[in-house]
Amino acid sequence: MKYEDILKKLKGKFVKEILGDSQFRGELTIKVDAAAVDEILKFMKDDKNLSFNFLSDVTAVDFVKDRGVFEVVYHLLSMKNNVRVRFKAEVPAENPELPTATSVFKGANWFERETYDMFGIKFTGHPDLRRIMNPDNFPGHPLRKDFDVAPKDDYCPVPVIKPDN
Amino acid sequence: MTEKTIMKFRDDPKDDLIPINIGPSHPAVHGTLPIYAKLDGEIIAEADVEIGYLHRGFEKLAEGLTYHQFIPFTDRLNYVSTFINNQGYAEAVEKLLDIKVPERAQYIRVMLSEVSRIMDHITCLGPNMVDTGALTVYWYLFRVREELYKLCEMASGGRMTTSYTRIGGLVRDLPEGFEEAARDILKGLPVAITDTEKLIKKNRIFLDRSVGVGEISADDAIDWGFSGPNLRACGVARDIRKDEPYAVYNDLEFDIPVGNRGDYYDRTFVRIEEMRQSMRIILQILDKLPEGPVNIDDPKIILPPKEEVYDSMEGLIHHFMFFIEGMEEMPEGEIYHAVEGANGELGFYIVSDGDKNPYRLHVRSPCFAYYQAFPSMITGKLLADAVVTLGSLNVVAGELDR
Repeated sequence: MKYEDILKKLKGKFVKEILGDSQFRGELTIKVDAAAVDEILKFMKDDKNLSFNFLSDVTAVDFVKDRGVFEVVYHLLSMKNNVRVRFKAEVPAENPELPTATSVFKGANWFERETYDMFGIKFTGHPDLRRIMNPDNFPGHPLRKDFDVAPKDDYCPVPVIKPDN
Repeated sequence: MTEKTIMKFRDDPKDDLIPINIGPSHPAVHGTLPIYAKLDGEIIAEADVEIGYLHRGFEKLAEGLTYHQFIPFTDRLNYVSTFINNQGYAEAVEKLLDIKVPERAQYIRVMLSEVSRIMDHITCLGPNMVDTGALTVYWYLFRVREELYKLCEMASGGRMTTSYTRIGGLVRDLPEGFEEAARDILKGLPVAITDTEKLIKKNRIFLDRSVGVGEISADDAIDWGFSGPNLRACGVARDIRKDEPYAVYNDLEFDIPVGNRGDYYDRTFVRIEEMRQSMRIILQILDKLPEGPVNIDDPKIILPPKEEVYDSMEGLIHHFMFFIEGMEEMPEGEIYHAVEGANGELGFYIVSDGDKNPYRLHVRSPCFAYYQAFPSMITGKLLADAVVTLGSLNVVAGELDR
């Protein structure tokens, strides 16, 4: 399946939500509206011709300094057509939030938890959105560009667990 | 253990279920992986897992390192199959640079990646069978693995942390006598595999402990993001080496073994057969390894040879500046490159803003997808089966937590 066919199909269904596309080193990147990302992923998965049934990865990139946004990145694979596509959705730095893809792919669960933990991006409707790499009391989100990595005293205190009576 | 998790398992005193922590110190639980379970007799009624806070911040570190400086860090991802990580990362950066390494380097990379694959599968199978009581298999397989480590050491100088690839080629060519040593060492592998099969294939205990244990359907496995041998055990013949061939895999003959039930038994025998196929690949490469350089001819990308660094002032300055300044001309853009890791799809996502450091580097590790599916795979099953299910998925903590 060619990239043109994928784009044609997608743009036919989501007129306003597809914000642009580009190709680099033979890879297709499609920019989409963050609010519709779950619908687009669902369409990509359920459409019998497209059949993008495998979510390889979800992560994010910090562009807050340049553009005031985080980009949430989804890598999809169609096993049937042996084609990969990258989706990108921009979320504002002040309130980074977008719908979860866990209702479409079970595997999105931990990928989104990792993105939440490392960037502080909230996935609304996620069944269990809590930190995964760092302890619950860890201050800040380490993969943000403005995260201060300088060592501090008592930076991440170990929680004191009191025994039950 | 977090406060939240403790509360979760203590909040109902009338509950008949018994809370139990499997790991992180249980010998059968790999690395740093705590599993919180509630038992109804011997059945796991409820389970939750944690990743273990091994987190070393590789992705953050990458943002402060040049592309070359990150190579040793890739060794520490899946520390059992380091060559594959080295190759995956180097190829990802080469894709970004749009360069192609010489054929000899590609063949050597593939050969050592397949050696790594065999070692990884041995490390998965041996201890996992110990968990099911088959101790002899462990000795048979690990003897071969030890020999294979000698090959790694010959090529790279290191047994586990190899850092053998460079962006644009390899650290150095293979040493003299490597081919004979490889052929000699590989003679022992079919014997170990056949012995292993003889020991377990019709063994009543092994069959009872493996058939139908840790079963997952193909649809569920795809939905959870399974890849590699664990997905192939479900009957899905997907292998990046065949479907999206990289390096010289197109020139090599090998088959993709598949299972049908997606249980511990299938995962075991898919790995056993994959070891044979890897050996087939290595022998083909030994037969037709082309002569030629192992690095591209571009001093802006490749490091100067060690002889030049040690023996000439220009070489020393070049080397020094290379590590301080990084590569001069990095293109702007983003790429995702996936290779067939021993555990499954190992992907590197790199965003470059043209600077000497990656703007963002993300590792897609296959274990992450397996371990998130693990609670659903063990719920409603026997406690003893949880241990072998975990082992058969081959979760490597270093790669899981990065």
